[in-house]
Amino acid sequence: MNLTLKVWRQKNAEARGGFETYDVKDISSEMSFLEMFDVLNERLVQEGKEPIAFDSDCREGICGACSMHIDGRAHGPWQKNTVCQLHMRAYKDGDTIVVEPWRSNVFPVIKDLIVDRSAFDRIIQAGGYVSVNTGNAPDANTIPVDRADSDEAFDAASCIACGACVAACPNGSAMLFVSAKVSQLALLPQGEPEKISRVLNMVDQMDKEGFGNCGNIYNCEAECPKGISVENIARMNRQYLGASLSSKIQERPVRMVDPMNEKG
Amino acid sequence: MALDAKIPEGEIEQKWTNYKDHLRLVSPANKRKLEIIIVGTGLAGASAAATLGELGYKVKSFCFQDSPRRAHSIAAQGGINAAKNYQSDGDSIYRLFYETVKGGDYRSREANVYRLAQVSGNIIDQCVAQGVPFAREYGGLLSNRSFGGTQVQRTFYAAGQTGQQLLLGAYGALERQVALGNVTVYSRHEMHDIVKIDGIARGIIARNLITGKLERYFGHAVLICSGGYGNVFYLSTNAMGSNVTAAWKSHKKGAYFANPCFTQIHPTCIPVTGEHQSKLTLMSESLRNDGRIWVPKDKNDKRNPNEIPESERDYYLERRYPAFGNLVPRDVASRAAKERCDAGFGVGTTKMAVFLDFASAINRYGKTEVHKRGLQDATEQTIRELGENVIREKYGNLFAMYEKITGEDPYKVPMRIYPAVHYTMGGLWVDYELKTTVDGLYSLGEANFSDHGANRLGASALMQGLADGYFVIPYTISAFMADQIRVPAIPTTHAAFDEAEKAVKDRIDKLMSIQGTESVESFHKRLGKIMWDKSGMSRNENGLKEAIEEIKALRNEFWQNVRIPGSIEEYNSELDKAGRVADFLELAELICIDALNRSESCGGHFREESQTVEGEALRKDDEFSYVAAWEYTPNGEVLHKEPLHFDVVKPSQRSYK
Repeated sequence: MNLTLKVWRQKNAEARGGFETYDVKDISSEMSFLEMFDVLNERLVQEGKEPIAFDSDCREGICGACSMHIDGRAHGPWQKNTVCQLHMRAYKDGDTIVVEPWRSNVFPVIKDLIVDRSAFDRIIQAGGYVSVNTGNAPDANTIPVDRADSDEAFDAASCIACGACVAACPNGSAMLFVSAKVSQLALLPQGEPEKISRVLNMVDQMDKEGFGNCGNIYNCEAECPKGISVENIARMNRQYLGASLSSKIQERPVRMVDPMNEKG
Repeated sequence: MALDAKIPEGEIEQKWTNYKDHLRLVSPANKRKLEIIIVGTGLAGASAAATLGELGYKVKSFCFQDSPRRAHSIAAQGGINAAKNYQSDGDSIYRLFYETVKGGDYRSREANVYRLAQVSGNIIDQCVAQGVPFAREYGGLLSNRSFGGTQVQRTFYAAGQTGQQLLLGAYGALERQVALGNVTVYSRHEMHDIVKIDGIARGIIARNLITGKLERYFGHAVLICSGGYGNVFYLSTNAMGSNVTAAWKSHKKGAYFANPCFTQIHPTCIPVTGEHQSKLTLMSESLRNDGRIWVPKDKNDKRNPNEIPESERDYYLERRYPAFGNLVPRDVASRAAKERCDAGFGVGTTKMAVFLDFASAINRYGKTEVHKRGLQDATEQTIRELGENVIREKYGNLFAMYEKITGEDPYKVPMRIYPAVHYTMGGLWVDYELKTTVDGLYSLGEANFSDHGANRLGASALMQGLADGYFVIPYTISAFMADQIRVPAIPTTHAAFDEAEKAVKDRIDKLMSIQGTESVESFHKRLGKIMWDKSGMSRNENGLKEAIEEIKALRNEFWQNVRIPGSIEEYNSELDKAGRVADFLELAELICIDALNRSESCGGHFREESQTVEGEALRKDDEFSYVAAWEYTPNGEVLHKEPLHFDVVKPSQRSYK
């Protein structure tokens, strides 16, 4: 099939970007969307032009690198899908497709369709883990875990941190991403000891990064390639409220102090 | 240089304990002054960075991805082995050790494998404590499944996303150390060379992929945890960015490269559909627990697979290997698929595929569910639906992935699969301490060669990566670091950094100056074709000799005619790829040289000249019971042999019949 692509091109973070139009020909319906970009890029290289920069690594929907906003939708037209798994049978001959990078002030464009998502790493640094040093763990079967809780924790943990939730949200909220990690650990007994500081610190960091608030629009859930449920946001809100009112702490806990390095 | 694996004295069960008991330690106050560079943030790199950070070392962690969480370990599907014996089915440390040595076709080092089996249980404990949501039974305890090459259930899993969950556990631990200031992560950075001072690895030159600028980093030691080199075949199940550059640069700076020809072709991947194909997708080996592999008995059977009656199907694995059936090791399953397709029995448009069929499992599970629910007159339809639900619970994400790629519903029609390059057992030669032949330079995980011999068993890669990172290197690096406490950090203005950076810069300048007519991608594809055709699932002397000449010619052509658009000091993905492909073009030749030298068949390395009358791999233990460790010299690669001794498991012809 033959298609017309309108693609966001931007030389670097400082430069002004704009759309460029490309005609692509003889695209097979068996190709993935990114393989169609490979074909276009191969042609651009042949023509001595700069290929379109985009993030992509595993190409099987799990690394979370790919991040294209296609015709106004994060990861394109298919539900529960990443761009790398979108295949060209979703399109028909003559279609025009508009491709942009994630839209969010917190994810500045690095080049063309590549954005900087390091804000997600910093949110995890604020508490997205269980503080257990290697070698300290008891036998894995010491604590039985309710299977339903464990399954729910797994569903939340399947987040790939692609950023589609932020890109799809009119408020640019990262609540789905943050709540997925908070939920995973809140549902498991291993996450219990740090549950108060975790939710407070992670939400704090999320706010500091400049992400918007949740407006209960649920675009995030609709566009999430892993089908992460907005119930996680509700759970995080309950956790946050509980933690804020907890009598266990008089003030917000600062990040853990590492005795070995005597600083916090 | 003679290879000394530094295997500790004592009985095999005691070696690791003895080693740890007599280890020289570094005090907490001194650890704070010692810096370690870790290249790669997959299971090995992330777990090492987290643990070494916890111990108090100052760690610098590098990855080319935009976040450490995206390293390709994330894509591992099926599971992780551990000798926990939670199922009371006869598993033990010894049995895991034995099966790994046997599965590797007696080409791995016994002491390393035993240690791996010993620490395997600790890995599961650690991951559960981190909040990794492994699959559980209704009673709340951990669930296990079987994998190829074993007769016990020792594989722990999280649906078909085990690698993701384990990596996110290690990534969380790593980010915690970042928050504490013990680890600094340099993402979107690619290592371009090792800096050696007085024969010791003391740093790296890395390219910042956003600015394109070269940067210098010092470390008292350097750990290469950069994964495998399967992408030398162009099409593989590796990620697009997976590359050999860090390992290859280490090799060129003196680290021997061991058994490069040992590559694993995974039997169950989605087949190639056309020229546009950019990578191949694995369908987890765990599917062979419930899926049956077959081809029609009639070469020209054009019927819908569901219409072909049982009597006209050839379940060739069950036929040839009744003891293990569909759960034979990967190398055996892959060759058997190739044999059927080469003989003309393949299915699908390309005839290069076999069926992986879940119908009987769906039926079996459906009947169990009907029984559980006490349904008296269940229709075929109900049985089917209930059975499909069980399968969905176990492999839902894999089935969804298959459907997205092929457009076919694998609950209704059998999957079509074919072998693809998946894992590389070869890698940097390391001793028992995971140290390469360069002092201060270590290698962990898939990047080293040590534990899997000539064939890796399923669910053992995750085990090895985490064993190396969480439980081995934190001890063994201490032996080296104890001597470093008087070495102050060396400023990166040292002449050795100047020299290394200049060499990297010159090479990049050279690449950019060629401005030929052919893209990097095109050269990579051509290299992949040579490798797959002549150094793939089946190899012979003539083919390998031809391949070596063709690779040399292609390499020359690359350096004369590659076209890289854009400039150096900016984000330039074509330039990034060019550097990687240039290294693959060198490695490919070494793979063929090694494959040519090893005129026996073993594990994933199949030399047509060396097979049994039944077509199985035939080892030549008298001649080849050694690790082939190659030394890079300006005059070519020089072979060094590390003889393998089997004191515990006596080599025999591997049989899965």
